Amino acid sequence: MKQRVEIVKRILDSNEQLAQQNRKKLDDHGVFAINVMASPGAGKTTFILQTIARLPKDIHLGVMEGDTAPVTIDSDKIVAAGMPAVQINTGGDCHLDANMVGLALDEFDLDEINLLLIENVGNLICPASFVLGNHANILIASVPEGDDKPYKYPNIYRNIDVLIINKVDLLPYIDFRMDYFRQGVEMLNPNLKTFEVSAKTGEGFDGWIKWLQEKVGNIQE
Amino acid sequence: MHELSVTESLLAIVIQSAKENHALKVTDITLSIGALSSIIDDSVQFYWDHISKGTIAEEAILHFNRIPAVLHCLNCDTEFTMEDELVPCPNCKSINIEIITGEEFQVDHIEIRKEENNTDETTS
Ligand SMILES: Nc1nc2c(ncn2[C@@H]2O[C@H](COP(=O)(O)OP(=O)(O)OP(=O)(O)O)[C@@H](O)[C@H]2O)c(=O)[nH]1
Ligand SMILES: [Mg+2]
Ligand SMILES: [Zn+2]
Repeated sequence: MKQRVEIVKRILDSNEQLAQQNRKKLDDHGVFAINVMASPGAGKTTFILQTIARLPKDIHLGVMEGDTAPVTIDSDKIVAAGMPAVQINTGGDCHLDANMVGLALDEFDLDEINLLLIENVGNLICPASFVLGNHANILIASVPEGDDKPYKYPNIYRNIDVLIINKVDLLPYIDFRMDYFRQGVEMLNPNLKTFEVSAKTGEGFDGWIKWLQEKVGNIQE
Repeated sequence: MHELSVTESLLAIVIQSAKENHALKVTDITLSIGALSSIIDDSVQFYWDHISKGTIAEEAILHFNRIPAVLHCLNCDTEFTMEDELVPCPNCKSINIEIITGEEFQVDHIEIRKEENNTDETTS
């Protein structure tokens, strides 16, 4: 005999529960955490390094570096810049999940930091589905990737709080219609906070640093 | 892509609710997957065949309830379906739109087989 059992449960429910635990831990220690997503090579690590170079004195940063293989290239750069960094090897997975982040959180002294940047695996599809427990999601889109990305990868633009348009120093060399790009973003995520920057030259970083300071200040109150 | 992790979560949910309902076997699983959720049915099926082996959900049939991406124009009230890529409102070209459906990603229900002498039977 057969019976139907109603479930109606989000498939990634267990990940979402772990993410809630991460969030609680971050909140308990007054740490503002940001999930940094982008395609491979968009400039995530360079962006974090430029942020470090301009970091106000009252921000104490920690960085998680997600990679699919056990390489420490990115985390070595962060450590060389004087910040605590933990490398997460996803073992081939195309995204970080809440469990990996929870384990990496244990490796930080959370009382020593008030800002955590989590560099997700370079990928525009998978990270969008896995919440981590962080407070803000940012996407770094870079000019050489092309102006059609919001139209082709709508999902990732839906749940971000800040959009960074990186490598604007390359605009003179690349056919990138900023209006077309931003129109696609507007359809998916109206009034999204957006900064046009160059992680190479530091152009446009003042606004981003100000935003960071505001958020870190708020969580510590 | 990330279908392996997704399929593992699916299996965990199915087994848990099968146990809670004293199932001998899970025969069918119905999922709702929105067109915007970027989940590929074929690869979920592929991983499912592997990881469900040896569990009470082995050989359960996966039914994919594909939900289209339906958008609503906030300017002229037109509803339209997104096919392959995002487009402005086909009626008035506005980009002031909202997504109505297409982001779903859930298990709806399962069909289980119970002990023969069980009395609270409900066939569907
Ligand atoms: N011209 C220019 N180059 C940039 C800029 N930002 C990053 N790059 C270059 O882009 C390349 C990739 O930068 P990364 O910071 O390693 O990118 P990533 O997103 O961390 O890459 P993965 O971690 O491998 O996914 C490097 O050669 C950087 O020097 C920029 O604003 N302008
Ligand atoms: Mg990197
Ligand atoms: Zn319209």
